[in-house]
Amino acid sequence: MRVVIAEDLALLRDGLIRLLQAFEFEVVEAVDNGPSLVRALASHRPDVAVVDVRLPPTFTDEGLKAALEARKENPGLPVLVLSQHVEQLYARELLSDSSGGIGYLLKDRVSDVGQFVEAVRRVAGGGTALDPDVVAQLLTRHSREEPLQALTAREREVLGLMAEGRSNAAIAAALFVTEKAISKHTNNIFGKLGLPPSEDDNRRVLAVLAYLGG
Amino acid sequence: MDDREIATRDGSGRGGFADRLGEIGRRGLLSLVRGLIQAVLALGVTLPLTIVTALSIAFIPLGVGIVLAPVFLTALRGVANQQRIWAEEWFGVRIPVPYRARPEKMGPFRRLGWLVSDPATWRDLLWCLLNVPLGFGLGLAAVVVLVYGLEGVFVAPWLAGVTDYGWGPFWMIGDYGVFGIVGTVVLAAALTVVSVPIASGLLRGHALFSQSLLAPTRTALTERVEHLAETRSDAVDVSAAELRRIERDLHDGAQARLVALSMNIGLAEEMMKHDPETAQKLLAEARSASGEALTELRGLVRGIHPPVLAERGLDGAVQALALSLPLPIDVRTDIPGRLQAPVESAAYFAVAEILANVVKHSQAQRAWIQAEHAGGRLQVIVGDDGIGGADPANGSGMRGIERRLAAFDGTMAVTSPQGGPTVVTMELPCALSSPKTLPSSGTA
Repeated sequence: MRVVIAEDLALLRDGLIRLLQAFEFEVVEAVDNGPSLVRALASHRPDVAVVDVRLPPTFTDEGLKAALEARKENPGLPVLVLSQHVEQLYARELLSDSSGGIGYLLKDRVSDVGQFVEAVRRVAGGGTALDPDVVAQLLTRHSREEPLQALTAREREVLGLMAEGRSNAAIAAALFVTEKAISKHTNNIFGKLGLPPSEDDNRRVLAVLAYLGG
Repeated sequence: MDDREIATRDGSGRGGFADRLGEIGRRGLLSLVRGLIQAVLALGVTLPLTIVTALSIAFIPLGVGIVLAPVFLTALRGVANQQRIWAEEWFGVRIPVPYRARPEKMGPFRRLGWLVSDPATWRDLLWCLLNVPLGFGLGLAAVVVLVYGLEGVFVAPWLAGVTDYGWGPFWMIGDYGVFGIVGTVVLAAALTVVSVPIASGLLRGHALFSQSLLAPTRTALTERVEHLAETRSDAVDVSAAELRRIERDLHDGAQARLVALSMNIGLAEEMMKHDPETAQKLLAEARSASGEALTELRGLVRGIHPPVLAERGLDGAVQALALSLPLPIDVRTDIPGRLQAPVESAAYFAVAEILANVVKHSQAQRAWIQAEHAGGRLQVIVGDDGIGGADPANGSGMRGIERRLAAFDGTMAVTSPQGGPTVVTMELPCALSSPKTLPSSGTA
């Protein structure tokens, strides 16, 4: 799987390269600024890009802008955005074209190597990987509303994991229950929220996020 | 080469002279028109305004004045402010506005007190009185000289033999024959020409007269200096307290966690050989401790300067803030560019504090934010449909916002009747830098 990395801190960049290579990704280019990222994305057309939000030369949201730009040219280009802080505003911008293949995680999450690599693979496969912090914000925002009040504590937990982009199997593993139990929960959730049921994991995640106004 | 240069310079010199002559003529004409405006204003506006204002003040004990005096005094301020603008526009004579700051809540009595207790009000009134003769005289004198001169050139010479010419010719035409006529025309032409600089000079004199009464007195400046000294020491106190808080948070929080973290890692290193299982547990602990340290640092950074504010400015930061709160907030912004960094930060934290109050106390279902920059001022309005009854005098948070804003000459006004709604309006004078552009998006 071919990856482009954009990260301006050399230490983190090298760490990411080493980490991804250890899991048999092919790092085709690692850049340290916005303009180079735009160029690299256009020329390599990687299977997935891992991008830091804040990059030179402006040190603002250069990386995010470049990623959004690249996805406009090349719809569905899988991009996993990393940042020191997560904002629902940015999550909404990333998810706005609803074509999938989007990840948005805190840099801290890299420390859980297994989860992180799983997230990169999921995004490369057109899935979604949303940081638990963003999901928590989304859920708090709607916590006062009627349909969410109707969910049980367990269903809310499942909804959160689903919004992060995890498959039924992954949710089952995380909660130590069977996949069958999870699919019963998801059916209940979709029923209570009035969403059309769907077997496709990606489409299901996007429906949940659209509902939460991500 | 020298010749050519001189020739060019000569040519441009001639063109410049003609231009300058035109400019002088244009400016002279302008001065005469402005003089007429001042003269009309003196008799038509300041004369009646002096009388009604003085009368309304005299009637304050009878009660009628309580209503009328503020109306006329406000009108007087309007006239005085127009003079201040003209003095600067026409002659570059700067007359700062001397009035005391408007109190936040104003009943009719406070309004009257605010107007009457300000020495600038009385100086305005004195100006208004003196402007009746001075504005009329200084404004009209040049026009009279001009008309007199024009009469001498164009009308008088034809009237040498006519006896019933209105009030009679003012020039001595009939007594000296041809010499009289020539002399009259020359003299009158000179007067016509001279009237132009006279007009400008007299009007400038009027501007200086206005400045002497309409500019802030020394006491007003002293008050301003006191206000500045106070807000500055407040600002210094606030930032020193902030630094102390940050130091404490770092010392007790992230720093302590990192110490524990490195201890755990060191211990794990030791254990690796003979007790790998415990070592693994210690490393897992270390990882979760590092996560906690990072979360804490992130919170601290948000408190110092939220990253989204650095990345997107007030506009984006307020939107991000609104999205992170558990009630729908409608955000409308019109800020074409980036604000100065300190103002941006002060405005952001003010909005954050107000919204925190909305979430905590108001029981609101919805809130809205409106931020716009116009005329060198940033205005931010935060409203909610909650229960109202918010009193800035009670909450330390609100006082904090006021002090923070005061450092930038900013103001905050709160209206929050029992039963709601609550609307907080903040205003900050500030410049706007040009809209930010991303170098990457243009070239790619």
